Amino acid sequence: MFVFIIRRFLYAIPIALAVAAVCFSLVHLAPGDPLTAIIPADAPAEVVIAIQQAYGMDRPLIVQFGSWIQRALQGDLGVSVATGRPVMGDIALALSNTLLLAFAAALLGFFGGILLGGLAAIYNGTWIDKLATALAITGVSIPHYWLGLLLVIIFSVQLDWLPSMGAGPGGSSDWRLDWAHLRHLVLPAVTMCFIPMGIVTRTVRATVSEILNSEFVTALYARGLRGRRIALHVAKNAAPTVLSVMGLQFGYLLGGSILVETVFSWPGTGYLLNTAIFQRDIPLLQGIILVLAMFFVGLNLLVDVLQTLMDPRIKRG
Amino acid sequence: MKFSSTFAHNSRKSSFPLKSLAVATLAALIPITAMAQGGTVRIGMTASDIPLTSGAPNSGFEGVRFTGMTLYDALVSWDLSVEDRVAPLVPQLASSWHVDESDPRKWIFQLREGVKFHDGSEFNADAVVFNFDKVFNDQSPQYDARQAAQVVARLPAYESIRKLDDYTVEITTKTPNAMFINQLPFMFMSSPAHWEALNGDWEAFEKNPSGTGPFKLDVLVPRERAELVPFAEYWDESRRAKADRLVLIPIPEANTRANALLSRQVDWIENPPADTLPMLQSRGYQITSNGYPHIWPWQFSFLDGSPWLDQRVRQAANLAVDRESIQQLLGGYMVPAQGLLLPDDSAFGEPAFTIGYDPDAARALLAEAGYGPGNPLKAKVLISASGSGQMQPLQMNELIQQQLKEVGIEIEFEVLVWETLFNNWRQGAADPASLGAHATNITFATHDPFAAMIRFIDSKNVAPVSLNWGHYSNVEVDGLITELQTAFDPEENLRIYRQLHETLVEDAPFLFVGHDTGPRAMGPKVAGFVQAKSWFQDLTPVYMAD
Repeated sequence: MFVFIIRRFLYAIPIALAVAAVCFSLVHLAPGDPLTAIIPADAPAEVVIAIQQAYGMDRPLIVQFGSWIQRALQGDLGVSVATGRPVMGDIALALSNTLLLAFAAALLGFFGGILLGGLAAIYNGTWIDKLATALAITGVSIPHYWLGLLLVIIFSVQLDWLPSMGAGPGGSSDWRLDWAHLRHLVLPAVTMCFIPMGIVTRTVRATVSEILNSEFVTALYARGLRGRRIALHVAKNAAPTVLSVMGLQFGYLLGGSILVETVFSWPGTGYLLNTAIFQRDIPLLQGIILVLAMFFVGLNLLVDVLQTLMDPRIKRG
Repeated sequence: MKFSSTFAHNSRKSSFPLKSLAVATLAALIPITAMAQGGTVRIGMTASDIPLTSGAPNSGFEGVRFTGMTLYDALVSWDLSVEDRVAPLVPQLASSWHVDESDPRKWIFQLREGVKFHDGSEFNADAVVFNFDKVFNDQSPQYDARQAAQVVARLPAYESIRKLDDYTVEITTKTPNAMFINQLPFMFMSSPAHWEALNGDWEAFEKNPSGTGPFKLDVLVPRERAELVPFAEYWDESRRAKADRLVLIPIPEANTRANALLSRQVDWIENPPADTLPMLQSRGYQITSNGYPHIWPWQFSFLDGSPWLDQRVRQAANLAVDRESIQQLLGGYMVPAQGLLLPDDSAFGEPAFTIGYDPDAARALLAEAGYGPGNPLKAKVLISASGSGQMQPLQMNELIQQQLKEVGIEIEFEVLVWETLFNNWRQGAADPASLGAHATNITFATHDPFAAMIRFIDSKNVAPVSLNWGHYSNVEVDGLITELQTAFDPEENLRIYRQLHETLVEDAPFLFVGHDTGPRAMGPKVAGFVQAKSWFQDLTPVYMAD
């Protein structure tokens, strides 16, 4: 197992480099000048040159990439063009907010998905199954930024129950586990839980009904096992598939919340990414993409390890 | 405690469970709220971050508005207390100034005495020299590249500064330039003593700034909020802040801003989405707006082959646009343009050519120029689907396209990403990136002669030197610009500026369409705000009425 983890860890290095290279080239291929955010359009040419030099953007792209990678390896992702703050600090704070939101959404989505999917499999073909499947399809199909706006209109604007934006009265740097802060989490978390809930529902339903129809379950019944004992066997067999889907979904929750975070002004990585894109803040943009990509790689590694632990048949390498 | 008001406000309206916790918290906060005289005003900005607070804000003019003019003062600024005319320049930290008669490159500023920074230190000539050096002298210990990036380009005429005595400084410009004074409101004064007390660390200064402005920074949470409180010893008693606290919240998404206002998480939003304005108004929200020095134009190309080379054609296009229907499209939030400047600008003048809607006159001019039903005029225009200050570019351009077609001008659009269009401005019409277009549609500020005209029409400013995108060249205009630069007498300067505008309207190197009115939406309790005809606004008279 130790060798397996080390090997998977080493695999992550070329992936990280490739991701870094791709994101670096993409942001430089995009239209617009990276320094547009800070240089007025009619700035004298000498001012433009001086600022390009100050930010090292007068050098060839390959040199810029080299020095960026070199610093990134030492944990320094540079300084934001727009704010002058270290990129690492901004990402760390944003990541903690996104993690909070992702955990809340994952908790709701996975719990709801397992419950609905399990019920649908057990009551296969009945109205319960149809209702659960319909909910799952709705959850997957609904554009979540639209759902977010709808929830805001109902629960914030009309009913005045929950706040429509922000991370709480104290902002994210002063976040506490109390209702004043939690109420800010409710709407974005509910909005974000719909997609994972739909996908997990469908996965659990498919996997569990397949297992319920398999021969070993019939054999378990034949041996007189009932209820909870059977459920335990089914759960254990369904776990690796469901877990890998949940791992991926959690990854999406971490990186894919750009629209929801923007709609709710939730100060996470998606919101930060949006800001970086609109301000063409290249160091920030590169930093976030790299960190998010590394999160995905790490999460996949974790899921692989967990799957192997749960199901010894999955021998990798 | 610092964030008490937001929570208290929401909790009072809330009927959600766990009310007891909210009530308990509220009870603890009541003494603070009761002491408040002017209340807390929470403002939703369009910026995606708190603009820089160390004395050279980023985020464009919104940054200058919210963390520049609140925390800091400049040598000169605009009088933002009037709403019936374009905000004029007035002395601020400089009580008076004059230009050296023997050398018109030298400006002598007499500084206001008795002005204190937020840290208690005194404002004087050394502080002014310190601040110019912080952005212009990269050898000085206080030089800050980040602040320089924001300021240097806004003061292109500056060359050097010298202290004459404790309350007098002399600034030298690169060439004699009567318009230098217009560049000074962007040069804010940070406290040298405070910077030294923070061991010369601008990063620390950013979190704990000190200016001479009417507000002090109390709380800063990057990307989330800045809280400003009044500076009790502010030198200008007429501009002492009335609110007890201003909370600035960045909400870049327009619908989120509107929802935040509707759910009472903020009391004021900048630039509400146009389609929410009638609804906001019907629910009792105040909508303020006022024309300000901004223009939504097409900037014509004067390269060989451009259909706009003939003045009659340019005038015809200007007569073919029904600006009132565009104003209607925007819910009324536009002032129809009659030139580059607002019609009530003191420099508007009396142009010989009156811009208005007259399709018959437009057809006649086109016929004179050799165009007619069998021979329509064809032109390609660069536009964007969105962008800062662009209002509603697609709908507006399509309406203009229809109106021009009716007089025999056929327009083809090349829709670019805003950033691409914006960068192309500096590249110019001759650049391949312009795709052979004959006009470009980028809005801009017109608050002084350089911003409004010189960068676009001076033949010395042909792209890529500056923003004369279309290579416009007019000997008369160039002559007037030279005269303007050396006309140091304010009345003479205004007379030439007026003449320049009259000439431009007549020559019509732009399709003049409209001026934005900068709508803002506010809760019914927000009081005291006067919306000046300016990109900038004074927040000191604003408070929350009981």
